[in-house]
Amino acid sequence: MNERSSKTPLLTARDLTLRFGRIAALDGVDLDIHPGEVVAIVGESGSGKTTLLRVLSGLMRPDAGEVSYLGQDVLGMSEAARRRLMRTEWGFVHQNPRDGLRMAVSAGGNIGERLMATGARHYGNIREQASHWLTRVEIDPARMDEVPAKFSGGMQQRLQIARTLVTLPKLVFMDEPTGGLDVSVQARLLDLIRALVADLGLAVLIVTHDIAAARLLAHRMLVMRHGVVVESGLTDRVLDDPQHPYTQLLVSSVLAA
Amino acid sequence: MTHDPGYNFAYLDESTKRMIRRAILKAVAIPGHQVPFGSREMPLPYGWGTGGIQVTAAVLGPADVLKVIDQGSDDTTNAVSIRAFFRRTAGIATTESTEAATIIQTRHRIPERKLREDQILVYQVPIPEPLGRLEPRIAETRRMHAMADYGLMHVKLYEDIARHGHIATSYSYPVMVNGRYLMSPSPIPAFDNPKMDQMPALQLFGAGREKRIYAVPPYTSVKSLDFDDHPFRPIRAPHVCELCGSGDTYLDEVLTDDVGGRIFVCSDTDFCSERQAMKEAAE
Ligand SMILES: Nc1ncnc2c1ncn2[C@@H]1O[C@H](COP(=O)(O)OP(=O)(O)O)[C@@H](O)[C@H]1O
Ligand SMILES: [Mg+2]
Repeated sequence: MNERSSKTPLLTARDLTLRFGRIAALDGVDLDIHPGEVVAIVGESGSGKTTLLRVLSGLMRPDAGEVSYLGQDVLGMSEAARRRLMRTEWGFVHQNPRDGLRMAVSAGGNIGERLMATGARHYGNIREQASHWLTRVEIDPARMDEVPAKFSGGMQQRLQIARTLVTLPKLVFMDEPTGGLDVSVQARLLDLIRALVADLGLAVLIVTHDIAAARLLAHRMLVMRHGVVVESGLTDRVLDDPQHPYTQLLVSSVLAA
Repeated sequence: MTHDPGYNFAYLDESTKRMIRRAILKAVAIPGHQVPFGSREMPLPYGWGTGGIQVTAAVLGPADVLKVIDQGSDDTTNAVSIRAFFRRTAGIATTESTEAATIIQTRHRIPERKLREDQILVYQVPIPEPLGRLEPRIAETRRMHAMADYGLMHVKLYEDIARHGHIATSYSYPVMVNGRYLMSPSPIPAFDNPKMDQMPALQLFGAGREKRIYAVPPYTSVKSLDFDDHPFRPIRAPHVCELCGSGDTYLDEVLTDDVGGRIFVCSDTDFCSERQAMKEAAE
Protein backbone atom coordinates (compact mmCIF):
# COMPACT_ATOMS: atom_id res chain seq x y z
CA MET A 1 0.00 0.00 0.00
CA ASN A 2 1.01 3.53 -0.72
CA GLU A 3 2.22 5.26 2.43
CA ARG A 4 0.14 8.37 1.62
CA SER A 5 -3.15 6.54 1.63
CA SER A 6 -2.82 5.84 5.34
CA LYS A 7 -3.30 9.56 6.08
CA THR A 8 -6.69 11.25 5.90
CA PRO A 9 -7.44 12.27 2.34
CA LEU A 10 -8.02 15.94 1.48
CA LEU A 11 -10.72 15.21 -1.03
CA THR A 12 -12.81 12.08 -1.41
CA ALA A 13 -15.37 11.27 -4.07
CA ARG A 14 -17.63 8.24 -4.11
CA ASP A 15 -19.76 6.82 -6.88
CA LEU A 16 -20.12 10.04 -8.90
CA THR A 17 -22.64 9.78 -11.67
CA LEU A 18 -23.69 12.43 -14.15
CA ARG A 19 -25.53 11.99 -17.43
CA PHE A 20 -26.03 14.47 -20.23
CA GLY A 21 -29.03 12.93 -21.95
CA ARG A 22 -27.86 9.56 -23.20
CA ILE A 23 -24.19 10.26 -22.48
CA ALA A 24 -22.81 9.09 -19.15
CA ALA A 25 -20.15 11.75 -18.53
CA LEU A 26 -19.40 10.21 -15.11
CA ASP A 27 -20.38 6.66 -14.35
CA GLY A 28 -19.59 5.58 -10.80
CA VAL A 29 -16.30 7.46 -10.27
CA ASP A 30 -14.41 7.05 -6.96
CA LEU A 31 -11.37 9.14 -6.12
CA ASP A 32 -9.17 10.10 -3.15
CA ILE A 33 -6.49 12.75 -3.11
CA HIS A 34 -4.14 13.20 -0.18
CA PRO A 35 -2.26 16.30 1.00
CA GLY A 36 0.75 16.98 -1.21
CA GLU A 37 -0.24 14.39 -3.77
CA VAL A 38 -0.36 14.98 -7.54
CA VAL A 39 -2.96 12.91 -9.33
CA ALA A 40 -3.30 12.94 -13.11
CA ILE A 41 -6.50 12.14 -14.93
CA VAL A 42 -5.85 10.94 -18.45
CA GLY A 43 -8.14 9.74 -21.19
CA GLU A 44 -9.22 10.65 -24.66
CA SER A 45 -11.31 13.68 -25.47
CA GLY A 46 -14.91 13.33 -24.26
CA SER A 47 -14.08 10.76 -21.58
CA GLY A 48 -15.42 12.99 -18.77
CA LYS A 49 -12.23 14.55 -17.36
CA THR A 50 -13.40 18.16 -17.34
CA THR A 51 -16.78 17.13 -15.99
CA LEU A 52 -15.07 15.29 -13.15
CA LEU A 53 -13.02 18.38 -12.19
CA ARG A 54 -16.11 20.57 -12.29
CA VAL A 55 -18.07 18.19 -10.10
CA LEU A 56 -15.23 17.75 -7.60
CA SER A 57 -14.77 21.49 -7.26
CA GLY A 58 -18.50 22.02 -6.75
CA LEU A 59 -18.97 23.95 -10.00
CA MET A 60 -21.43 21.33 -11.22
CA ARG A 61 -23.80 18.99 -9.40
CA PRO A 62 -23.69 15.27 -10.14
CA ASP A 63 -26.88 13.21 -10.45
CA ALA A 64 -25.63 11.02 -7.62
CA GLY A 65 -22.56 10.49 -5.45
CA GLU A 66 -20.65 12.26 -2.71
CA VAL A 67 -17.72 14.64 -2.56
CA SER A 68 -16.11 15.52 0.72
CA TYR A 69 -13.25 17.92 1.46
CA LEU A 70 -11.60 17.48 4.87
CA GLY A 71 -14.82 15.97 6.14
CA GLN A 72 -17.07 18.72 4.74
CA ASP A 73 -19.79 17.72 2.30
CA VAL A 74 -18.89 19.74 -0.82
CA LEU A 75 -22.20 19.18 -2.58
CA GLY A 76 -24.19 20.11 0.50
CA MET A 77 -22.28 23.23 1.50
CA SER A 78 -23.67 26.73 0.87
CA GLU A 79 -22.49 28.57 -2.17
CA ALA A 80 -20.88 31.15 0.10
CA ALA A 81 -18.81 28.44 1.79
CA ARG A 82 -17.83 26.91 -1.53
CA ARG A 83 -16.79 30.28 -2.92
CA ARG A 84 -14.74 30.92 0.20
CA LEU A 85 -12.91 27.64 -0.38
CA MET A 86 -12.43 28.53 -4.04
CA ARG A 87 -10.61 31.74 -3.18
CA THR A 88 -8.57 30.44 -0.27
CA GLU A 89 -7.80 26.73 0.05
CA TRP A 90 -8.60 25.74 -3.51
CA GLY A 91 -7.45 26.94 -6.88
CA PHE A 92 -8.56 26.28 -10.43
CA VAL A 93 -6.21 26.64 -13.39
CA HIS A 94 -8.10 26.69 -16.66
CA GLN A 95 -6.85 25.42 -19.99
CA ASN A 96 -7.54 28.77 -21.59
CA PRO A 97 -5.83 31.54 -19.57
CA ARG A 98 -8.64 33.90 -20.64
CA ASP A 99 -11.01 31.89 -18.46
CA GLY A 100 -8.78 32.28 -15.43
CA LEU A 101 -7.38 35.79 -15.84
CA ARG A 102 -8.91 39.25 -16.02
CA MET A 103 -7.50 40.34 -19.33
CA ALA A 104 -8.10 44.07 -18.77
CA VAL A 105 -6.46 44.06 -15.33
CA SER A 106 -2.68 44.35 -14.86
CA ALA A 107 -0.58 41.32 -13.93
CA GLY A 108 -0.17 42.72 -10.41
CA GLY A 109 -3.92 43.25 -10.07
CA ASN A 110 -4.58 39.71 -11.27
CA ILE A 111 -2.28 38.30 -8.62
CA GLY A 112 -3.59 40.67 -5.96
CA GLU A 113 -7.26 39.84 -6.50
CA ARG A 114 -7.38 36.78 -4.27
CA LEU A 115 -5.45 38.67 -1.58
CA MET A 116 -7.88 41.57 -1.72
CA ALA A 117 -10.84 39.18 -1.79
CA THR A 118 -9.60 37.76 1.49
CA GLY A 119 -9.11 41.12 3.16
CA ALA A 120 -5.68 42.45 2.15
CA ARG A 121 -5.87 46.25 2.36
CA HIS A 122 -2.26 47.36 2.14
CA TYR A 123 -1.33 48.39 -1.39
CA GLY A 124 2.41 48.15 -0.77
CA ASN A 125 2.16 44.63 0.64
CA ILE A 126 -0.01 43.50 -2.26
CA ARG A 127 2.60 44.85 -4.69
CA GLU A 128 5.35 43.04 -2.82
CA GLN A 129 3.48 39.76 -2.99
CA ALA A 130 2.70 40.26 -6.67
CA SER A 131 6.35 40.93 -7.38
CA HIS A 132 7.38 37.85 -5.40
CA TRP A 133 4.94 35.60 -7.29
CA LEU A 134 5.87 36.98 -10.69
CA THR A 135 9.46 36.07 -9.91
CA ARG A 136 8.43 32.61 -8.84
CA VAL A 137 6.70 31.97 -12.14
CA GLU A 138 9.66 33.44 -14.04
CA ILE A 139 8.00 36.67 -15.19
CA ASP A 140 10.04 39.87 -14.84
CA PRO A 141 8.40 41.83 -11.99
CA ALA A 142 9.08 44.98 -14.01
CA ARG A 143 6.10 43.87 -16.12
CA MET A 144 3.76 43.93 -13.13
CA ASP A 145 1.68 46.83 -14.47
CA GLU A 146 1.17 45.39 -17.93
CA VAL A 147 -2.07 43.68 -18.88
CA PRO A 148 -1.92 39.96 -19.71
CA ALA A 149 -3.06 40.63 -23.27
CA LYS A 150 0.54 41.76 -23.90
CA PHE A 151 1.95 38.44 -22.65
CA SER A 152 2.68 35.31 -24.65
CA GLY A 153 0.47 32.25 -24.11
CA GLY A 154 3.04 30.60 -21.86
CA MET A 155 3.41 33.74 -19.75
CA GLN A 156 -0.36 34.06 -19.44
CA GLN A 157 -0.55 30.53 -18.17
CA ARG A 158 2.26 31.19 -15.66
CA LEU A 159 0.45 34.33 -14.54
CA GLN A 160 -2.73 32.32 -14.03
CA ILE A 161 -0.76 29.92 -11.84
CA ALA A 162 0.75 32.78 -9.81
CA ARG A 163 -2.70 34.29 -9.33
CA THR A 164 -3.99 30.96 -8.06
CA LEU A 165 -1.08 30.12 -5.76
CA VAL A 166 -0.81 33.50 -4.04
CA THR A 167 -3.16 32.43 -1.23
CA LEU A 168 -1.20 29.18 -0.79
CA PRO A 169 -4.07 26.81 -1.53
CA LYS A 170 -4.02 23.21 -0.34
CA LEU A 171 -5.63 21.78 -3.44
CA VAL A 172 -5.37 22.93 -7.05
CA PHE A 173 -7.46 21.68 -9.95
CA MET A 174 -5.77 22.03 -13.34
CA ASP A 175 -7.57 21.35 -16.59
CA GLU A 176 -5.04 20.75 -19.40
CA PRO A 177 -2.85 23.66 -18.23
CA THR A 178 -0.40 23.15 -21.10
CA GLY A 179 -3.11 22.44 -23.65
CA GLY A 180 -2.90 25.32 -26.09
CA LEU A 181 0.87 25.84 -25.94
CA ASP A 182 3.83 25.01 -28.21
CA VAL A 183 5.70 21.89 -27.24
CA SER A 184 8.84 23.71 -26.04
CA VAL A 185 6.71 26.08 -23.98
CA GLN A 186 4.80 23.13 -22.55
CA ALA A 187 8.01 21.54 -21.29
CA ARG A 188 9.07 24.70 -19.50
CA LEU A 189 5.64 25.12 -17.91
CA LEU A 190 5.60 21.51 -16.72
CA ASP A 191 9.02 21.95 -15.09
CA LEU A 192 7.76 25.07 -13.37
CA ILE A 193 4.59 23.37 -12.13
CA ARG A 194 6.66 20.45 -10.85
CA ALA A 195 9.01 22.73 -8.91
CA LEU A 196 6.19 24.79 -7.39
CA VAL A 197 4.16 21.76 -6.41
CA ALA A 198 7.12 20.17 -4.68
CA ASP A 199 8.11 23.43 -2.96
CA LEU A 200 4.67 24.27 -1.69
CA GLY A 201 3.51 20.75 -0.96
CA LEU A 202 0.37 21.28 -3.02
CA ALA A 203 -2.15 18.60 -3.78
CA VAL A 204 -2.95 18.80 -7.49
CA LEU A 205 -5.56 17.14 -9.58
CA ILE A 206 -4.40 17.62 -13.14
CA VAL A 207 -6.30 16.68 -16.26
CA THR A 208 -4.14 16.00 -19.26
CA HIS A 209 -4.13 13.93 -22.40
CA ASP A 210 -0.36 14.10 -22.38
CA ILE A 211 1.03 10.86 -20.95
CA ALA A 212 4.54 12.32 -20.73
CA ALA A 213 3.23 15.20 -18.61
CA ALA A 214 1.51 12.74 -16.32
CA ARG A 215 4.72 10.76 -15.93
CA LEU A 216 6.69 13.88 -15.11
CA LEU A 217 4.27 15.35 -12.56
CA ALA A 218 1.97 12.78 -11.09
CA HIS A 219 2.40 10.36 -8.21
CA ARG A 220 -0.74 8.52 -9.22
CA MET A 221 -2.94 8.45 -12.26
CA LEU A 222 -6.50 7.62 -13.20
CA VAL A 223 -7.37 6.48 -16.69
CA MET A 224 -10.88 7.46 -17.79
CA ARG A 225 -12.99 6.22 -20.62
CA HIS A 226 -16.67 6.91 -21.26
CA GLY A 227 -17.09 8.31 -17.75
CA VAL A 228 -15.54 5.28 -16.05
CA VAL A 229 -12.16 5.03 -14.32
CA VAL A 230 -10.85 1.94 -16.08
CA GLU A 231 -7.51 1.84 -14.29
CA SER A 232 -5.71 3.68 -11.52
CA GLY A 233 -2.48 3.33 -9.59
CA LEU A 234 1.01 4.69 -9.14
CA THR A 235 2.05 6.48 -12.32
CA ASP A 236 5.06 4.31 -13.09
CA ARG A 237 3.13 1.12 -12.51
CA VAL A 238 0.24 2.18 -14.77
CA LEU A 239 2.54 3.35 -17.54
CA ASP A 240 5.09 0.53 -17.36
CA ASP A 241 2.64 -2.28 -16.74
CA PRO A 242 -0.81 -1.23 -17.94
CA GLN A 243 -3.50 -3.75 -17.07
CA HIS A 244 -6.56 -2.50 -18.91
CA PRO A 245 -6.60 -2.89 -22.70
CA TYR A 246 -7.58 0.77 -23.09
CA THR A 247 -4.59 1.88 -21.02
CA GLN A 248 -2.36 -0.40 -23.03
CA LEU A 249 -3.67 1.25 -26.17
CA LEU A 250 -3.10 4.75 -24.76
CA VAL A 251 0.46 3.96 -23.72
CA SER A 252 1.38 2.21 -26.95
CA SER A 253 -0.07 4.98 -29.10
CA VAL A 254 2.14 7.47 -27.26
CA LEU A 255 5.18 5.23 -27.71
CA ALA A 256 4.39 4.88 -31.41
CA ALA A 257 3.93 8.63 -31.94
CA MET B 1 -51.72 75.81 -2.70
CA THR B 2 -53.86 73.09 -4.33
CA HIS B 3 -52.79 70.58 -6.89
CA ASP B 4 -54.09 70.17 -10.42
CA PRO B 5 -57.28 68.08 -10.00
CA GLY B 6 -56.48 66.28 -13.24
CA TYR B 7 -53.78 64.32 -11.41
CA ASN B 8 -53.69 62.06 -8.39
CA PHE B 9 -51.65 63.65 -5.57
CA ALA B 10 -48.00 63.67 -6.69
CA TYR B 11 -48.92 62.19 -10.09
CA LEU B 12 -48.59 58.46 -9.25
CA ASP B 13 -51.69 56.45 -8.32
CA GLU B 14 -51.99 55.26 -4.74
CA SER B 15 -51.23 51.60 -5.42
CA THR B 16 -48.02 52.51 -7.26
CA LYS B 17 -46.97 54.73 -4.36
CA ARG B 18 -47.67 51.90 -1.92
CA MET B 19 -45.57 49.54 -4.03
CA ILE B 20 -42.70 52.04 -4.04
CA ARG B 21 -43.05 52.61 -0.27
CA ARG B 22 -42.78 48.86 0.29
CA ALA B 23 -39.55 48.84 -1.74
CA ILE B 24 -38.30 51.82 0.29
CA LEU B 25 -39.09 50.10 3.61
CA LYS B 26 -37.23 47.03 2.47
CA ALA B 27 -34.31 49.19 1.32
CA VAL B 28 -34.19 50.93 4.71
CA ALA B 29 -34.22 47.56 6.45
CA ILE B 30 -31.19 46.35 4.43
CA PRO B 31 -28.97 49.44 4.15
CA GLY B 32 -27.18 49.66 0.81
CA HIS B 33 -28.99 46.71 -0.75
CA GLN B 34 -30.61 47.35 -4.15
CA VAL B 35 -34.30 46.52 -4.09
CA PRO B 36 -36.09 46.00 -7.43
CA PHE B 37 -39.30 47.95 -7.95
CA GLY B 38 -41.86 48.27 -10.72
CA SER B 39 -40.64 51.56 -12.14
CA ARG B 40 -43.46 53.44 -13.93
CA GLU B 41 -43.39 55.45 -17.09
CA MET B 42 -42.99 59.08 -16.10
CA PRO B 43 -43.72 62.16 -18.19
CA LEU B 44 -39.95 62.74 -18.40
CA PRO B 45 -37.25 60.84 -20.26
CA TYR B 46 -34.82 58.58 -18.36
CA GLY B 47 -31.77 60.55 -17.34
CA TRP B 48 -34.03 63.32 -16.04
CA GLY B 49 -34.39 61.70 -12.68
CA THR B 50 -37.40 59.45 -13.13
CA GLY B 51 -36.19 57.16 -10.32
CA GLY B 52 -35.73 60.05 -7.92
CA ILE B 53 -39.08 61.54 -8.90
CA GLN B 54 -40.93 58.29 -8.16
CA VAL B 55 -39.25 58.01 -4.76
CA THR B 56 -40.07 61.64 -3.98
CA ALA B 57 -43.69 61.12 -5.10
CA ALA B 58 -43.99 58.11 -2.80
CA VAL B 59 -42.70 59.91 0.33
CA LEU B 60 -44.19 63.34 -0.31
CA GLY B 61 -47.02 64.62 1.92
CA PRO B 62 -49.10 67.82 1.51
CA ALA B 63 -47.10 69.61 4.24
CA ASP B 64 -43.70 68.88 2.73
CA VAL B 65 -41.42 71.57 1.35
CA LEU B 66 -39.42 70.38 -1.64
CA LYS B 67 -36.01 71.50 -2.84
CA VAL B 68 -34.49 70.13 -6.04
CA ILE B 69 -30.86 70.57 -7.02
CA ASP B 70 -28.86 69.61 -10.04
CA GLN B 71 -25.07 69.93 -9.82
CA GLY B 72 -25.61 71.87 -6.59
CA SER B 73 -27.75 74.44 -8.33
CA ASP B 74 -31.48 75.10 -7.88
CA ASP B 75 -31.99 76.90 -11.17
CA THR B 76 -30.98 74.43 -13.88
CA THR B 77 -33.72 73.27 -16.27
CA ASN B 78 -33.91 69.84 -14.65
CA ALA B 79 -34.31 71.20 -11.12
CA VAL B 80 -36.79 73.87 -12.16
CA SER B 81 -39.00 71.47 -14.09
CA ILE B 82 -39.06 68.83 -11.31
CA ARG B 83 -40.11 71.49 -8.78
CA ALA B 84 -42.79 72.75 -11.19
CA PHE B 85 -43.97 69.16 -11.71
CA PHE B 86 -44.57 68.61 -7.99
CA ARG B 87 -46.09 72.07 -7.44
CA ARG B 88 -48.59 71.26 -10.14
CA THR B 89 -49.34 67.61 -9.32
CA ALA B 90 -49.09 67.82 -5.51
CA GLY B 91 -49.69 71.48 -4.76
CA ILE B 92 -46.79 71.45 -2.32
CA ALA B 93 -44.47 74.32 -1.45
CA THR B 94 -41.00 74.41 -2.99
CA THR B 95 -37.89 76.18 -1.84
CA GLU B 96 -34.28 76.82 -2.77
CA SER B 97 -33.24 76.87 0.87
CA THR B 98 -31.63 73.71 2.24
CA GLU B 99 -32.66 74.73 5.73
CA ALA B 100 -36.33 75.20 4.84
CA ALA B 101 -36.69 71.97 2.84
CA THR B 102 -38.13 68.74 4.28
CA ILE B 103 -37.34 66.73 1.15
CA ILE B 104 -34.36 67.44 -1.10
CA GLN B 105 -34.13 65.68 -4.42
CA THR B 106 -30.64 65.82 -5.84
CA ARG B 107 -28.53 65.01 -8.80
CA HIS B 108 -24.73 65.15 -8.41
CA ARG B 109 -24.39 66.84 -5.01
CA ILE B 110 -25.08 66.69 -1.28
CA PRO B 111 -25.81 70.15 0.16
CA GLU B 112 -22.96 71.72 2.14
CA ARG B 113 -25.23 72.57 5.05
CA LYS B 114 -25.52 69.65 7.51
CA LEU B 115 -28.85 67.88 7.06
CA ARG B 116 -31.22 67.12 9.96
CA GLU B 117 -33.25 64.19 11.21
CA ASP B 118 -36.48 65.68 9.88
CA GLN B 119 -35.17 65.84 6.32
CA ILE B 120 -35.00 63.25 3.52
CA LEU B 121 -32.39 63.34 0.78
CA VAL B 122 -33.53 61.67 -2.47
CA TYR B 123 -30.83 60.89 -5.02
CA GLN B 124 -31.47 60.49 -8.74
CA VAL B 125 -29.34 57.51 -9.71
CA PRO B 126 -28.36 56.73 -13.31
CA ILE B 127 -26.30 53.58 -12.61
CA PRO B 128 -27.06 51.81 -9.33
CA GLU B 129 -24.68 48.85 -9.72
CA PRO B 130 -21.16 49.68 -8.46
CA LEU B 131 -19.75 46.42 -9.84
CA GLY B 132 -21.34 46.74 -13.28
CA ARG B 133 -18.33 48.12 -15.07
CA LEU B 134 -16.10 45.41 -13.65
CA GLU B 135 -18.50 42.48 -13.99
CA PRO B 136 -21.07 42.81 -16.77
CA ARG B 137 -23.05 39.66 -15.85
CA ILE B 138 -25.95 40.80 -13.67
CA ALA B 139 -26.52 37.39 -12.09
CA GLU B 140 -22.86 37.39 -11.08
CA THR B 141 -22.96 40.88 -9.52
CA ARG B 142 -26.01 39.84 -7.48
CA ARG B 143 -24.14 36.79 -6.28
CA MET B 144 -21.18 38.98 -5.35
CA HIS B 145 -23.46 41.20 -3.24
CA ALA B 146 -25.14 38.20 -1.64
CA MET B 147 -21.75 36.77 -0.65
CA ALA B 148 -20.18 40.17 0.12
CA ASP B 149 -17.55 39.10 -2.39
CA TYR B 150 -16.08 42.54 -3.10
CA GLY B 151 -12.42 41.84 -3.85
CA LEU B 152 -13.00 42.95 -7.42
CA MET B 153 -13.86 46.49 -6.34
CA HIS B 154 -10.51 46.74 -4.59
CA VAL B 155 -8.86 45.44 -7.75
CA LYS B 156 -10.29 48.49 -9.52
CA LEU B 157 -8.83 50.83 -6.89
CA TYR B 158 -5.54 48.92 -7.02
CA GLU B 159 -5.44 49.47 -10.80
CA ASP B 160 -6.09 53.19 -10.29
CA ILE B 161 -3.10 53.50 -8.00
CA ALA B 162 -0.88 51.34 -10.21
CA ARG B 163 -1.74 53.51 -13.22
CA HIS B 164 -2.07 57.00 -11.81
CA GLY B 165 -0.23 56.82 -8.50
CA HIS B 166 -3.46 57.56 -6.63
CA ILE B 167 -7.12 56.55 -6.69
CA ALA B 168 -8.38 58.42 -9.74
CA THR B 169 -12.06 57.80 -9.13
CA SER B 170 -13.53 61.22 -8.38
CA TYR B 171 -17.28 60.58 -8.89
CA SER B 172 -19.51 57.67 -7.88
CA TYR B 173 -16.74 56.63 -5.52
CA PRO B 174 -17.80 53.25 -4.08
CA VAL B 175 -18.76 52.97 -0.42
CA MET B 176 -19.46 50.19 2.08
CA VAL B 177 -22.74 50.72 3.87
CA ASN B 178 -23.15 49.48 7.42
CA GLY B 179 -20.08 47.29 6.90
CA ARG B 180 -22.03 44.99 4.61
CA TYR B 181 -23.20 46.21 1.19
CA LEU B 182 -21.10 47.85 -1.48
CA MET B 183 -23.02 50.83 -2.85
CA SER B 184 -22.62 53.40 -5.58
CA PRO B 185 -23.41 56.82 -4.14
CA SER B 186 -24.63 58.01 -7.59
CA PRO B 187 -22.44 60.51 -9.41
CA ILE B 188 -21.77 62.80 -6.47
CA PRO B 189 -18.15 63.93 -6.18
CA ALA B 190 -16.03 61.81 -3.85
CA PHE B 191 -15.73 65.06 -1.87
CA ASP B 192 -19.33 64.54 -0.72
CA ASN B 193 -18.86 60.92 0.39
CA PRO B 194 -17.97 61.73 4.02
CA LYS B 195 -21.28 63.62 4.35
CA MET B 196 -23.15 60.34 3.88
CA ASP B 197 -21.52 58.76 6.93
CA GLN B 198 -23.71 58.94 10.05
CA MET B 199 -25.97 61.49 8.34
CA PRO B 200 -29.00 62.37 10.53
CA ALA B 201 -31.26 62.55 7.45
CA LEU B 202 -32.70 59.52 5.67
CA GLN B 203 -31.03 58.97 2.28
CA LEU B 204 -33.05 57.32 -0.49
CA PHE B 205 -31.74 56.40 -3.94
CA GLY B 206 -33.96 55.85 -6.99
CA ALA B 207 -32.82 54.47 -10.35
CA GLY B 208 -35.70 54.66 -12.87
CA ARG B 209 -34.26 52.94 -15.90
CA GLU B 210 -32.60 50.18 -13.84
CA LYS B 211 -35.68 49.87 -11.58
CA ARG B 212 -33.79 49.86 -8.31
CA ILE B 213 -34.26 51.59 -4.97
CA TYR B 214 -31.72 51.61 -2.16
CA ALA B 215 -31.33 53.50 1.09
CA VAL B 216 -29.07 54.61 3.91
CA PRO B 217 -31.05 55.01 7.15
CA PRO B 218 -30.16 57.88 9.51
CA TYR B 219 -26.92 57.49 11.49
CA THR B 220 -25.55 54.63 9.40
CA SER B 221 -21.90 53.99 8.72
CA VAL B 222 -20.86 54.80 5.13
CA LYS B 223 -17.17 54.24 4.40
CA SER B 224 -15.33 55.00 1.18
CA LEU B 225 -13.22 52.04 0.08
CA ASP B 226 -9.48 52.57 0.25
CA PHE B 227 -6.15 51.03 1.20
CA ASP B 228 -4.38 51.41 4.54
CA ASP B 229 -1.43 53.05 2.80
CA HIS B 230 -3.59 55.01 0.30
CA PRO B 231 -6.40 56.36 2.47
CA PHE B 232 -9.47 57.96 0.92
CA ARG B 233 -9.12 61.71 0.47
CA PRO B 234 -12.06 63.95 -0.39
CA ILE B 235 -10.69 66.06 -3.22
CA ARG B 236 -11.69 69.64 -4.04
CA ALA B 237 -10.12 72.34 -6.18
CA PRO B 238 -7.44 74.07 -4.06
CA HIS B 239 -9.06 77.53 -4.21
CA VAL B 240 -11.51 79.70 -2.30
CA CYS B 241 -14.92 80.63 -3.66
CA GLU B 242 -14.72 83.88 -5.62
CA LEU B 243 -18.18 84.91 -4.39
CA CYS B 244 -18.36 83.92 -0.72
CA GLY B 245 -14.73 83.18 0.14
CA SER B 246 -15.39 79.68 1.37
CA GLY B 247 -12.28 77.52 1.53
CA ASP B 248 -13.83 74.18 2.44
CA THR B 249 -16.72 73.69 0.01
CA TYR B 250 -16.90 71.95 -3.34
CA LEU B 251 -16.12 74.39 -6.15
CA ASP B 252 -17.10 74.61 -9.80
CA GLU B 253 -14.74 76.12 -12.32
CA VAL B 254 -16.47 78.82 -14.36
CA LEU B 255 -15.10 80.34 -17.54
CA THR B 256 -15.47 84.11 -17.50
CA ASP B 257 -14.35 85.01 -21.02
CA ASP B 258 -13.03 83.34 -24.15
CA VAL B 259 -9.36 84.03 -23.42
CA GLY B 260 -8.88 81.59 -20.60
CA GLY B 261 -10.26 83.68 -17.75
CA ARG B 262 -11.72 81.46 -15.03
CA ILE B 263 -12.95 81.67 -11.47
CA PHE B 264 -13.93 79.13 -8.86
CA VAL B 265 -17.31 79.39 -7.14
CA CYS B 266 -19.30 77.19 -4.76
CA SER B 267 -21.25 74.49 -6.54
CA ASP B 268 -23.95 74.70 -3.82
CA THR B 269 -25.63 77.96 -4.83
CA ASP B 270 -27.93 78.15 -1.79
CA PHE B 271 -25.03 77.75 0.63
CA CYS B 272 -22.99 80.33 -1.28
CA SER B 273 -25.69 83.00 -1.36
CA GLU B 274 -26.36 82.50 2.37
CA ARG B 275 -22.67 83.06 3.08
CA GLN B 276 -22.60 86.12 0.84
CA ALA B 277 -25.61 87.56 2.67
CA MET B 278 -23.93 86.91 6.03
CA LYS B 279 -20.74 88.62 4.84
CA GLU B 280 -22.67 91.65 3.62
CA ALA B 281 -24.63 91.85 6.87
CA ALA B 282 -21.36 91.79 8.82
CA GLU B 283 -19.83 94.58 6.76
N1 LIG C 1 -22.77 20.85 -20.54
C1 LIG C 1 -22.83 19.71 -21.27
N2 LIG C 1 -23.97 19.38 -21.92
C2 LIG C 1 -24.06 18.23 -22.63
N3 LIG C 1 -23.05 17.36 -22.77
C3 LIG C 1 -21.88 17.63 -22.16
C4 LIG C 1 -21.72 18.84 -21.38
N4 LIG C 1 -20.45 18.85 -20.88
C5 LIG C 1 -19.86 17.73 -21.33
N5 LIG C 1 -20.72 17.00 -22.10
C6 LIG C 1 -20.42 15.68 -22.70
O1 LIG C 1 -19.96 14.85 -21.67
C7 LIG C 1 -18.87 14.07 -22.13
C8 LIG C 1 -17.64 14.34 -21.28
O2 LIG C 1 -17.18 15.67 -21.55
P1 LIG C 1 -15.90 16.30 -20.86
O3 LIG C 1 -15.99 16.11 -19.41
O4 LIG C 1 -15.77 17.69 -21.37
O5 LIG C 1 -14.74 15.40 -21.45
P2 LIG C 1 -13.16 15.63 -21.52
O6 LIG C 1 -12.81 16.78 -20.65
O7 LIG C 1 -12.59 14.35 -21.05
O8 LIG C 1 -12.83 15.89 -22.95
C9 LIG C 1 -18.69 14.40 -23.59
O9 LIG C 1 -19.40 13.46 -24.35
C10 LIG C 1 -19.30 15.77 -23.71
O10 LIG C 1 -19.79 15.96 -25.01
MG1 LIG D 1 -11.80 18.62 -21.12
